[in-house]
This record gives sequence, structure tokens and C-alpha cells, in this order.
Amino acid sequence: MTGSQTKVDFSKIDEIITNCGGKKSNLIAILQKVQEVYRYLPEDAMIYIGTKMEGLSPATVFGVATFYAQFSLDPKGKYEIRCCDGTACHVRGSMPVLNAIKARLDLKDGKFTTDDGLFSLETVSCLGACGLAPVVMINDKVYPQMTSDAIKVVLDTILQEENK
Amino acid sequence: MSEDKKTLFIEGKEVEFTDEPNLLEVIRKAGMNVPTFCYRPDLTQFGACRMCVVEVEYPNGRVMVNSSCTMPPEAGIKVKINSQRVRKIRKTVLELLLTNHDRECTTCNKSGNCELQKYSEEYGVRKIKYPTLTKEEMMEIDDRNPSIVRDPNKCILCGACVRACSEFQGHSVLGFANRGSRTVVQPMNGRDLAAVDCVFCGQCQAVCPTGALTIKSNVDEVWDEINNKEKKVVVQIAPSVRVALGEMFGLKPGENTIGKIYAALRKIGFDLVFDTNFSADLTITEEATEFVDRVTNNGVLPMFTSCCPAWIRYMETQHPDMLAHLSSCKSPQGMLSPVLKELLPKYQEGYTKDNIVVVSIMPCTAKKYEAKRGQLRRDGKFETDYVLTTQEFGRMIKEAGIDFKSLEDEKADSPFGGYTGAGTIFGASGGVAEAAARTAYYYITGENVTNNDIKEFRGVDKNSRSKTIELDIKGKKVVVRVVSTLKQAEKAIQEIKDGTANFQLLEVMACPGGCINGGGQPRSCDDIKIKEERAEGLYEEDRKLELRRSHENPDIVRIYKEDLEKPGSHKAHELLHTTYTDMRTGSYKDLK
Repeated sequence: MTGSQTKVDFSKIDEIITNCGGKKSNLIAILQKVQEVYRYLPEDAMIYIGTKMEGLSPATVFGVATFYAQFSLDPKGKYEIRCCDGTACHVRGSMPVLNAIKARLDLKDGKFTTDDGLFSLETVSCLGACGLAPVVMINDKVYPQMTSDAIKVVLDTILQEENK
Repeated sequence: MSEDKKTLFIEGKEVEFTDEPNLLEVIRKAGMNVPTFCYRPDLTQFGACRMCVVEVEYPNGRVMVNSSCTMPPEAGIKVKINSQRVRKIRKTVLELLLTNHDRECTTCNKSGNCELQKYSEEYGVRKIKYPTLTKEEMMEIDDRNPSIVRDPNKCILCGACVRACSEFQGHSVLGFANRGSRTVVQPMNGRDLAAVDCVFCGQCQAVCPTGALTIKSNVDEVWDEINNKEKKVVVQIAPSVRVALGEMFGLKPGENTIGKIYAALRKIGFDLVFDTNFSADLTITEEATEFVDRVTNNGVLPMFTSCCPAWIRYMETQHPDMLAHLSSCKSPQGMLSPVLKELLPKYQEGYTKDNIVVVSIMPCTAKKYEAKRGQLRRDGKFETDYVLTTQEFGRMIKEAGIDFKSLEDEKADSPFGGYTGAGTIFGASGGVAEAAARTAYYYITGENVTNNDIKEFRGVDKNSRSKTIELDIKGKKVVVRVVSTLKQAEKAIQEIKDGTANFQLLEVMACPGGCINGGGQPRSCDDIKIKEERAEGLYEEDRKLELRRSHENPDIVRIYKEDLEKPGSHKAHELLHTTYTDMRTGSYKDLK
């Protein structure tokens, strides 16, 4: 785990656990809700859940959190970029798009969140929009038929907005 | 379950079966075997390693390959356990496992005891087709605790340790992390075992088929001390070791080899040989006194036994608010060491407080941790200098070239070597409580109990590992709860918290069945019967001994007369009792 960890509000986690019935079978739902709040799973939150809930341990919660790709152990950016590298997107040229994003945001050596915390990047296996390949999603917005030039324009626009 | 006889065929032989949980057990009962890494009869079936695959032909002619550990036995099936087809599968499994395995076998802690090594040899794996683990890809070894070494490069992901930690101790310190080829077994987020709540019971390494989890050895340090002419190296040996060590030399489980053990210890070069059974008797006189005192003077009840270091660490890390329930008595190991260092110079010439080195031989990995507890120091030095497990002791005997089986029986040294049957049975779950009951009866009534065999304490039901015994001490009712495994201990604690607990004494041993099944004992994870046989070995010695009540041990009578005044005296407290600390505060679970 890298980067600084967010301070966790444990009363909020208690609330999430209670809302999910406090059952260990609802662990995934609980982790999803926690991730919604913090945009990732802070380590303290996982330790707290593993200690507090019957039948779980911090190591078990960590196991679930690292098993599923949907959970992130590092803080995600304000803009979550999901670059599809499924079969259709891959053959239609998703790799140049991915490389263009990495170059534009200076993400290298396995780093996937920018230093200013604005962007985070991950590759996903399918977004269910193969007809629009190659596809990139930024937060909830879908960007179809991307090219390396087009994605640069998209990113520049966001950066301009942010720097205003 | 139907009473009808059901049969199936294994390698053409008709075999009866009844309620065996899986085909593998049927195969084993028929006197045959298939290799496995992940199947452990005491744990849930997992089906991870695929080594136990067999070829099954159904009555309708359909042939399938299935893992025998997860397959329920069916009437009429024909099972081939060693066909060419399954042998090929097993060999491929081995090759794939070895691809990701650090194969420095000769220097591995598990060498000679490793199931991966054994089957690779049996199946003649000589070449690995695939690119193997490079030095750069190797992960860090965690040996930063006194008890257990975790080497992730030797892990084959069979999950036995994860199940042991969860199913025995309810604790799940170890868990799987990540997915696919990146999967590892580790404590929370890759921390050291010492940095999480691991209690060092060693049950994880007792079920580990490879060198991924092993006992941290102190053999070399002990040899150095023995060869140091300035030092007087004295040794104590725990109850359970005597009924298990023989297994490493081809003797039957449960065979009591204590006479040979004393002889072997002298041959190895220890200066004086003592028996932890003596201090088990001492523990009983102190603990029974403390218990009677708590009962009569409205002390904190239920009282918890304090012999098991894994249990102590569990209490300190999980329930620091309940430490007052723990008996303040040190464990037998913890009692004998300061007695030897303080009192031995009085009885033996040439021995001083500073030149005595105490080595203890224990069935337990957590005892190594106990010896390093800050509370068990005297004049800045640890009271117990080194702890060796049964396995390490067996290795020393082999290294010294001693023919163990042919040794003539010898006796322990005096004055701290004599023991009663009550001290012996300390090694089995229920034994401490039974021994305490014999002496408490005397302390309360002034008379000896008519029948020393309080059989209600004995035996462990695999499914509950917990029992409640009501004693009638001349009209006074005392309820005792006996549990092994921390999972069961936790249930008892919850009863206390809920206010439903009806017992006054709680005996806890962290290993299933007690110390006879400790993490340091010779490997026995494949056979449930071995533990019963070891326990029976202890009860047999108890039956044979003339003295069976701790307070009647003449060495105990003398130590109080000469040195400690009486049980529970100030001097006794100074040497034999200890304190506990809250280890939750400041731990990784102490979130702010």
C-alpha cells in the first residue's frame, strides 16, 4: 500500500455495518459502501471491520478486498479513468489510447494515481459497449471510439476546467 | 445413516464403508493411501491441491477423475488410485507447484519432513518444464518472532494453515490475499506474525506440508552453551514430550520414553536433568491454593488457568479487560526456571545464579515466545534461556549419533526431579483441571479424594473440544469448564460477558487436545488417533505412579519446607507468580 491514508470515521463504518445487517455474508456490500465514501478502502477501515464483525479477521477482510478488482487499496483520483482493454477494444486499438493517457498524466512504473490526486487510471476487461470500441470511461461518462489524439483533448479539457 | 452394508471397489478389492466423510478416508481405512497436501482430517475439506485425484468408474460405465478428499463414497463404484492417468496428473501438479517453489531443499527447515519433497521423490520429478522462481522474485522471509518462521517462497497455497488458524483458534491471523498467480498466504496486509495477534501456537506449521511455516530453531545456540565450559547447562522436560518423542525413532505414539530421554539428555551433555512434571506439581499447589482463596474470599471468578502461553497472549491481545480472571501462577516452565536459578546453587556445588543456563524441552512453539516475555526476567536476564521443541530435541539426539531406542533408562536429578501422576497429566486437555481438583479437594476438606481418576475430565470430543464438569467436594459444588482451542475458549469468555457462565474454573489449552498435540510435537496432522494414544500414554503413567496428588510430592513438600514456606506465601509469589499486560493498546487493532 502506498501514499498517505485517509483518516477514517469509525462511526460512519459502524453505520454502514448496521445498515448491512451486521452479517459477514454482506462483507462485499459493506466494502463497496466504504469505498463509496473514501473512494478506496483505507487499511484502518479494513482492520476495523475485521475486528468488529463476528467471524471475520483483518486478514480475511484484506483477502476479500484484494481478490476483487473493484476494490482499490490506494486512494483513487477525483476523475476515475477506466480504459477498456477487452477483446473488441483491444483489437480496435485500446493500447495506444492507454499509453496516451499514461503519457499525458505522467503515470509510469505501475503508478496509477496522479500526484495531485486528480486522476486515477485502471484498465478493465469490458464495459459492455463493444460496439463503440475502443471505450474509455471517466467517472460516469462514456467516451466512445477513442484515439490517442482524442483522449488527449478530453484530458486537456478536464485539466483546463480544473485550473480555472 | 443407514445400517446397510455398503461396499465399493478400490483397485479391485471390495471395501466396506459406513459414514466416512469422503472417499479418501475409505481408501485409508482399507490400508491404502493416496498423496495429499491440503487434506487434514481435523480440518474441513478444501480440495485445493488435487494430489489425491483418483479414477472412478460408475456402475453405468462412466469414468471420471475426481479428488478423493472431496468426493463422498458411493456404493458400487470402482476406484483406481494409482492408474497411469492419475499418476500423470499428480506429476504435473508437482511440477507446477515446484515451478513457484524455492527449491533449496537441503538447507530448508522442513527438509526430511516435507511432503512436497517426499512426493516429488516418489513420483520421480527430475525436470521442471517451466521457468522457475528467480532470486529477484523471492519474497521476504518473516523470522522476526521467537517461535515461527514464515517463508512465502515455500508456500503451495494449500490453505491448511489458514484453516487451522480459523477453525482451531477462531482467529484467522493468516489469510489468503490477492488472486490468481499473485495469491499469497499472509497476515493482515503482509505484516510480520509478531505485529499481528498471532499467539504462536504453531498449529499452522503443524499442518503445513512444506517449509512455508516452520519452527524457529534454537538448536545451534544450545549446542554452543553445552560446549561452553564456563556454563552449567541444566534442562527441564515437559510432560507431553515423553509420550511423543519416541515417534521420531520408530516407537509407538504414546510410548513413555522418559527414562531414555533422561539418558539422552545426559549423553548430549546437559549437566543436570530435571522434569517439568515437578513444576507442574508446584503449579498445582499454587494454583489450587489461589483457586480456594478466590472461592472463599470472593475473588475474581471464574478463574482461568495460566499454563498455556498462547492462551495468555490471546487474553492480552483480545480481552485485556479480563486479565484479572487469569491465575497469577506462572506456567510450569516459567516456575521451574527461576527455581533452578535461585535455589539450585544451595544444593549443587559449582552452580551459581550466573553460570546456570536453563534449557527447556517443550511440545510447544509458544513456549519460545513465553520465555521471552518481559515479565519472566530476573536481574535483567530471562529466567528460561532457551526453549527447544520436541522436534528440535529429536534432531539433537540424531545429530549426536545417539541410538535412542537402545538407551538404558535413567532417573532425573534431585531435588527438583520428582513428580506425581498429577504432574504428568498436565499434557492432556482436562489434565490440569483434574490435577487441580485432586489437590483442591484436599485443601478444602483436609482429606484426600477417594478416587484419583476423575474420568469426566478425560478425552476430547473432536466436534466440541469443550466440556463442563460438576464436582461435588463434600457438598460444595464446583463447576469446571475444560476447553481446548481458542475458538472454544472464546465461547466460554462470551458466556462470562453475557452473564450465562456457570463455571468457576476455566481450563484452556490452545492446541486441540492439549499439549500432547502441541505445535512442537513430531508431525501427526494426518492421523487423529496419535493424539489419543499420546494422551493415553500420560494417563497410563499417572495410573502406575505411587503418588498421584501434587501436594504429596516429597520434592514439593521439601521445597516449601526449605525455601518457600507455604503455597501462596510471599516468597512463593516472588518466584512463582507473574503479571499480565494489556497488549491491545498500541497494537495494530488499536485504531484511533
